[in-house]
Parts: sequence; structure tokens; C-alpha cells
Amino acid sequence: MAPPIARRTGFSRRAQYGVFIGYVAAATGVLVGAVLVLLSMFNPLAFAALRSGVAELTTPISSGLHGLRRAATVPGGLTDYFGGADKIRDLRQQLEAERAIVMRARMINRENARLRALLRVRDVDAAPVVTARLVNSSGSSTRRFATLNAGRFQGVEVGQPVRGPEGLIGRVLETGLNASRVLLIIDAESIVPVRRTRDGFPAIAAGRGDGSLDIRSAGSVNAPFLAGDVFVTSGTGGIYPPNIPVARVNAQARDAALARPFADPDALDFAVVQKAFLPPLPPPPTPDAGK
Amino acid sequence: MRPPRPSKFGEPVSARRRSLIAAAVVMAGSLLPIVPVVAVVPFLPPLGLLFLVAWRQRSPDVLPVWAGAPLGLWDDLLSGHPLGSAMSLWTLVMLSIDLIDHRLVWRDFWQEWLVAGGAVAGFLIGARLAGTPLRAHVDTVLLFQIAISVALYPLAAAFCAWVDERGQQRR
Repeated sequence: MAPPIARRTGFSRRAQYGVFIGYVAAATGVLVGAVLVLLSMFNPLAFAALRSGVAELTTPISSGLHGLRRAATVPGGLTDYFGGADKIRDLRQQLEAERAIVMRARMINRENARLRALLRVRDVDAAPVVTARLVNSSGSSTRRFATLNAGRFQGVEVGQPVRGPEGLIGRVLETGLNASRVLLIIDAESIVPVRRTRDGFPAIAAGRGDGSLDIRSAGSVNAPFLAGDVFVTSGTGGIYPPNIPVARVNAQARDAALARPFADPDALDFAVVQKAFLPPLPPPPTPDAGK
Repeated sequence: MRPPRPSKFGEPVSARRRSLIAAAVVMAGSLLPIVPVVAVVPFLPPLGLLFLVAWRQRSPDVLPVWAGAPLGLWDDLLSGHPLGSAMSLWTLVMLSIDLIDHRLVWRDFWQEWLVAGGAVAGFLIGARLAGTPLRAHVDTVLLFQIAISVALYPLAAAFCAWVDERGQQRR
């Protein structure tokens, strides 16, 4: 088909100016957009108010759709009834086998509490701020943001960590009144200080952008990582409280290893927003004599 | 507000309505990321851009050449790309299609599909360069996303044509 030619204006001055002004407006749009991109590059949190304003409108819709999705996927446990007796027998055996371990863990726990009381360690409680759900995400972008259906009214603040039942999900980046934006740990700009559960070896879990994490050693060079190494948050940096599971290493590597995160942000489960973990302040310096 | 008196020299009254319908369809397409899925990799197509290109190629006067800027701004607020990327890239897409229209007098659907593919690939790659650090491992997934989006263009074009015809009938 031949394209209809609309921009042919004839002799009408008005129509000619109209077309010209249209092109000027388009060029202005390109330039303004480029300037906005540059501003967003240098200050990613600029225009957060605009985004959260739109999120206020769309998040209730997403929450409703998310509820429908949950309702549609709940009756999946029907097949669990088949072979139930065998399963119960297996679980009983497992319980017997692990009784000794549980007894020992209880003793260690009591011992630990006694020693802590002796040392007068002040625990920073990771009290949950609010329990909400991740209802949608930036599914068409290469960045990994998710929208949490709770905001400032529910006490959510910028910088608070978000975790699921299995492990760390991310942290709050922008807050609106009833919705907030969460940077997932799998985003390419997310960095989480972690330590290995086995020996407390410090490392950094950086997102790759494709759903997995890069674990890099924080201190020593030539550090070996074994397949199955489990990493939890270390509390360094003051955002993430310690001991939240983050990721498990896939394959043996040195210095930097590929790891799979524990938490599945799409798991239709609750996301718990916690208070930002602030390590205890260092002792106050001696008042300097200069003043 | 009273509609303006129809004049022989002005545009037909329904043209404005048609433009508004087109803009509404594009804005609704930009709402795709609010589906209740927390994506681990980018897989949703930029549906707003697909609709925009489809409307623009259906007829050049339904959306003005600067319409890419406001519609792109709306898309930026929802998509997670850095603010302004769709605003400038969508306007560039509109300008490029304008240029192509001047060069290419006769075109059929295959050429329109090719143009749409170029627009989608240009936008997604541009937004990736603007928003995500270069070291991120997102490029393979991005290729799949581009392929999905290009494959969806005929559906988007058919949908726009259907909406357009419905809108014209009800006048």
C-alpha cells in the first residue's frame, strides 16, 4: 500500500507552520529526554516522586491481579495425598534420626544465651516493619525493580532491607504513600556484603542481571569457593541485618563464583520489610583540644 | 465543552477523537509491566512502542510527530528504564518513520514489520545502554526479548487496526 501523505501542506501558511512547529516540538522532546536520561544517570533517585505517583495508581490494580493469581494457584496440593502413608513413615524415620541433633542444638542454644547474658551483648533487633507482597516488577526493563504494596503510611522507609521466608530479596529504593520500589539483589547495581557460613569468610554478592549472583572475595586474593558454599549477610555497611541467607555457590571457582540466590521474588509469598541494620556506633572520640 | 462547529477547511471533527483513541491504546500498552509477576529476567515486550509504531504506520496523521515525547514519558514512569529514555527514543522512532515514509513510497506489511523490528531493537538496546551498567550479563536475554517483541508486532498491528475500525464505525 502507498502511504497516505499527510505532511503535504500546500500553500496554506498555517498548515506549513503547524508542521514546522510539530518538528520543532519533536526535536525538543528528544533533547529534553536526553537531558532527563543524563540526570537519571547521575542521580538515579531523581524523579522518584513522579514514579511513585504513578505507582500509587497502578499498585492497587497489581495487588488485585496478584490476589487473583494466588487464588488461582492455591489448590495445587491435591497430588500430595497420594502416597501419603509412605511419606509419613519417611518423615518419622527422619525425625528419629535428627532427635540427637536437635537435643544438641538446644543445649548449644542455651549455652549461647547464657554466654551472651554474661557478656551483656546488646542485640539490635531486626524487628519487621511491615509484611507485604511484591506485586509487580520492571518486566520489560533490564533493571530488576519490584513494587511492594506498602509505603510510607505503613512505615516503609528508603534503605530498609526486604526479605522473604527463604532469604534476602532486596532493599527499598523509593517510597510512595502506599507503594514502594524495591531493588532486587539480582539487579546489576545491587551489592550485598556477605560472609560464608562455614568459616565467616567475607565476600561481596553482586547481582549479574540474569537472575544469578557473583560472589567475589572481599579481602584475600586467590580465595577458593566450593560448590554448595552458603553465604549469608554479614551486617557490614549497616543496611542488611546479619545472618539472612543470600545465595549458594553453583560450582567450584576461585576469587569470583557464580551463585544462585535463595529467595525467589516471584514465589507468591510474603515479603518482610525490616528496619535497616545499624551496627553499634564506635565509642565517642576523646574531645580534641583544638576547640 | 461544546464541540467546535464543523468547518470545511478545518480537520474533520473525528480526527481528534481518533488521535485520542490511538494515544489511549499506546498508554494502555505501556501499562503491561503492572502484570502481577516479579520477573527475574526481562521478558515483557515494550507493548506501548509496538502500538505506537503500529498506529504510526497505519496512518501518518493519527499521531503527530511529537507524540513520542509525552507517550514515552508515560512509559518511562512505568517501565523501569531511566526516565527520559523512551521519551527521546520514541520521538526518534517517530522521526525515523517519517523519513522512511518520504523515501519509501510503496510499502507492504513485510517492510512495516522490518521497520517495527528496527524500532523495537533500537529502543531496547538504547534503554539498556542508558540504564544498566555495561558489565551486566543481560545481553543474551535482551536478544530474546527483542525476538519476542518483533514476533508480536503483527498482533499489535492487527489490534490497532481493529480498534481503529471500531472507533470509526461508532462515530
